[in-house]
Amino acid sequence: MPNKIDQQSSISAADLTRLNQEAQSEATPSTARIIWNEFKADRPAMAALIIIVGFILFVMVAALFIDTPKMMETNIMNYFNPPFSAQDWLGADSAGRSIAQQLIVGSRNSIGIALGLTAISSTFGIAWGLISGYFNGYVDWGMQRVYDFMMMLPMLMIIIVLVTIIPHYNAITLTLIFSLFYWEGTSRLIRSRTLAEADKDYVAASITSGTNQWKIIFNQIMPNISSLIIVDTTLSFAENIGVETGLSFLGFGLPSQTPSLGTLIANANDPNNITQYWWTWLPAALEIIVLCLSISYIGQVLRRAADASQRQGMTN
Amino acid sequence: MWKTILRRILIMIPEVIILSILVFLLAKAMPGDPFTGSINPKADPAQIAHLMKINGLDGPWYSQYWNWVVHLFHGNLGNSYQYQEPVTRLIAGRATNTLWLALFTMLLTYAIALPMGVFAGRHEGKLPDTIIRFYTYVTYCIPFFVILVVGIWIFGYVLGWFPTTGSISITASGWLNTIGSRFYHILLPGILGALFSTVNIVQYLRSEVIDAKHSDYVRTARAKGGPTKDIYRHHIFRNSLLPIAAFAGYSITGLLNGSIFTETVFSYPGMGLLFINSISYRDYTVITALVLIYGILNLLGTLLSDIILSLVDPRIRIQ
Repeated sequence: MPNKIDQQSSISAADLTRLNQEAQSEATPSTARIIWNEFKADRPAMAALIIIVGFILFVMVAALFIDTPKMMETNIMNYFNPPFSAQDWLGADSAGRSIAQQLIVGSRNSIGIALGLTAISSTFGIAWGLISGYFNGYVDWGMQRVYDFMMMLPMLMIIIVLVTIIPHYNAITLTLIFSLFYWEGTSRLIRSRTLAEADKDYVAASITSGTNQWKIIFNQIMPNISSLIIVDTTLSFAENIGVETGLSFLGFGLPSQTPSLGTLIANANDPNNITQYWWTWLPAALEIIVLCLSISYIGQVLRRAADASQRQGMTN
Repeated sequence: MWKTILRRILIMIPEVIILSILVFLLAKAMPGDPFTGSINPKADPAQIAHLMKINGLDGPWYSQYWNWVVHLFHGNLGNSYQYQEPVTRLIAGRATNTLWLALFTMLLTYAIALPMGVFAGRHEGKLPDTIIRFYTYVTYCIPFFVILVVGIWIFGYVLGWFPTTGSISITASGWLNTIGSRFYHILLPGILGALFSTVNIVQYLRSEVIDAKHSDYVRTARAKGGPTKDIYRHHIFRNSLLPIAAFAGYSITGLLNGSIFTETVFSYPGMGLLFINSISYRDYTVITALVLIYGILNLLGTLLSDIILSLVDPRIRIQ
């Protein structure tokens, strides 16, 4: 092989290998590597990442060992057990149910719904934004009118009405109902980036050489805005935690026998609970605050990684 | 200019029609009928059937929809089952409470966000900027209802600085006292709402100011020897302000959605709390009217923002 190159080209095989190595050492590192470097450079971000991943894994596994129907049984002997007692280390609520156990199962449910909602609504929003931005013209005009209409809807009210109309719903139906309404932010962002991206030369070159439109959209434009997609998905995950918990807080989220962080915080709607029995709602509130801040901090780090001028990590 | 506004309004019309059809169908999907509220339990089913017939509620859905729209334009939204009074009067009473709270929150949001945005932009990269950016990061992602609950716990119950329920104290008498008591009741929800909705304005203004700092007109003003304070106040701030004013319309949407949480936590008798109560009592006529009103207010907010934006930025008009 080297001999063949020597015969055919003016560059010798040794030179070619050397040039290759030089090019590789100077090449831009992959997105994954850039992000990893960024996390290594920023210790709080690393801590936030470990907290989030560790916490999610912990509640997912620990919730498997808790018998939910048994946990939700009323046990009047434990009526408002104070925290840090031998039996319930975070106390018990008005029905004598352990707050610590409800917190674990509730976190599992709330985080699970937020993850599902993020997966569905982001996928849909990204596809919507890419298609709308790439085709421009009438397609874009029509899709934008749908977007405008969705933005006008009083989302929270319509979701509450839908939840009251649907007779039997569970976590999955709830996630699907939310997904109907929470894709707009992503789609708007992706559309504006796609509009800019579709004007670039590589897209024009690809169109000229006869590439399939869908291949251009999903194989060529999408990878080029992947950093934006990663950042946006992370930030919408932080926001989506507030969606289900907020509705459960109002009493229109998960059914009453399914604990959620929102239903735990709803204990605070009782003036007695909020002052005397703070342990029934405060841990859940603090947990949401810590979760959202950590996820959003990770989002900030990812945003920095996406913008070459703001990076703190070494790029090579 | 007028062409843009006219076109924008023409686009609105189908949106309102689709919204009203959607609201109507949702109301149809709910169990019960509009007369459940106005009859007593002993009423003859034949009587109800007769009432349905004379009100045109026995036809196919499109003819019922038409009747409903005609009533709507006569200002007749039906009677509330729970409160036994016309929905229009019921909502009008609650709407003022919600609008006062929203107005106060909005003014306070701007009062906090404008100086912060300019200050952060002016001292870009220095300590004040870092602090303000940390503040926007903290307020950006925490769900609003959690803030309300923690806020009412600390300032309403533990410290006891603010009232925790209602829109006016029952002992308030005399107009001065009444106004004072009303203001006292919207103070805490207003402050919490304002502190946690500044993010967009602060970030936008900050980047505007940073951009303007390096622009030619600022350099000219500096070269003329104008004091830095005046340059920021008269040149940079005024140029960045108009796009910010356009945010006012969009923030109506956010405030209305937020009002459901605020009013539930503070038991504040506005439209949001009315909605939650009506859902619990299955008070369909009120629910339908509120969804429609919120939708139309959202639409008007967006329209307002779009008009301001097209006034300010000629590029938007050409599109």
